[in-house]
Amino acid sequence: MSDATQTDPVPIDQPVSYGSIFLAFSKIGLCGFGGVAAWAHRVLVDERGWYTDKQYADLLSIGSVLPGPNVCNISIMVGEQFHGALGSATALTGLLAGPLLILLGLAMLYELYGNLPLVQAVIGGVTAAAAGLVIGTAIKLARRLRPSFGNLLVGLLAFGGAAILHLHILLIVALMVPLSLALAIRERRP
Amino acid sequence: MKSGLLAQLAVTFATMSLGAIGGANAVLPEMHRQVVSVHGWLDDKTFANLFAIAQAAPGPNVIFVSLIGWHLAGAAGLAVATIAICLPSSLLTFGVSRIRRRLVGARWMKLLQVALMPIPLALMAASGLIMAQASDHTVLASLLTAGTALFVAFTQRNPLWALSVGGLLGGLDFLLISG
Repeated sequence: MSDATQTDPVPIDQPVSYGSIFLAFSKIGLCGFGGVAAWAHRVLVDERGWYTDKQYADLLSIGSVLPGPNVCNISIMVGEQFHGALGSATALTGLLAGPLLILLGLAMLYELYGNLPLVQAVIGGVTAAAAGLVIGTAIKLARRLRPSFGNLLVGLLAFGGAAILHLHILLIVALMVPLSLALAIRERRP
Repeated sequence: MKSGLLAQLAVTFATMSLGAIGGANAVLPEMHRQVVSVHGWLDDKTFANLFAIAQAAPGPNVIFVSLIGWHLAGAAGLAVATIAICLPSSLLTFGVSRIRRRLVGARWMKLLQVALMPIPLALMAASGLIMAQASDHTVLASLLTAGTALFVAFTQRNPLWALSVGGLLGGLDFLLISG
């Protein structure tokens, strides 16, 4: 079992300001082309030294069982540890502000030039690749996982519910989480 | 009516927020269902295009929701959609963060982590299928999807390379062959 303060930040001499929280998460957001989580580790652990590897891993494990993007959840938890609710808001805003500005630039270009045939062809190519990106990410994650029978069953049911039956996401989650937990507990017993 | 649309955007995205286990890609099938099928706000092609644009920008995937809001209702739509998808899950995370000392290392946390894993994965696979159905109407598009999937699954390189190659080949195909 753990000691009580594992996910608390490393004690540092200077208090961490709102500004440095904002800047740290801005950097994570803006550098995170196609993989924000790796940058979150780099900035929070290696550059700022706010957390040790172990503390960061614990934060990430909590962030990944909660709904919402893992990195958004991490930003909320880190902000909360330093400055409570305002700290969370600062960290999340820092994470999203930069990417949203870039996104707006792209969206405006799309709205101006999106109807030109050449631009449509380019976007069509990017779109097809983006579909592959999602599929490839799922394959990559599945390869790392050694699925048990319960994992496979839950995965297939969730896939069918979303892709074939088009059920509401909350219904899928509400049905699958208890089922998956029950199977995991059963499989754990010898 | 614009305020009606904003309210619908808020309700639509706020209700799926708590289902986004593993991130925004897990709710992509639900977004597609709501935005394209239920409300008819976007057609298949625009939905897929906006998704691609969001992938080309840095940052968490959740900004795709911001882009849908922007496309439908400008700056107000962007703000409403972003806050709606973030707020419920963020409040939950904030609450959990306050009691995190009791959670870390708890045996059931590990169990929960193992049990939850297949769900976002399956939802992501469903997302990929839906995106491919929405975007792949040519042989080239199908090849690009398959190629990118292999590239992402079996290399550690930045996926932005694959998106760039996709755009380049799409453009070249238009200029040299089909255009």
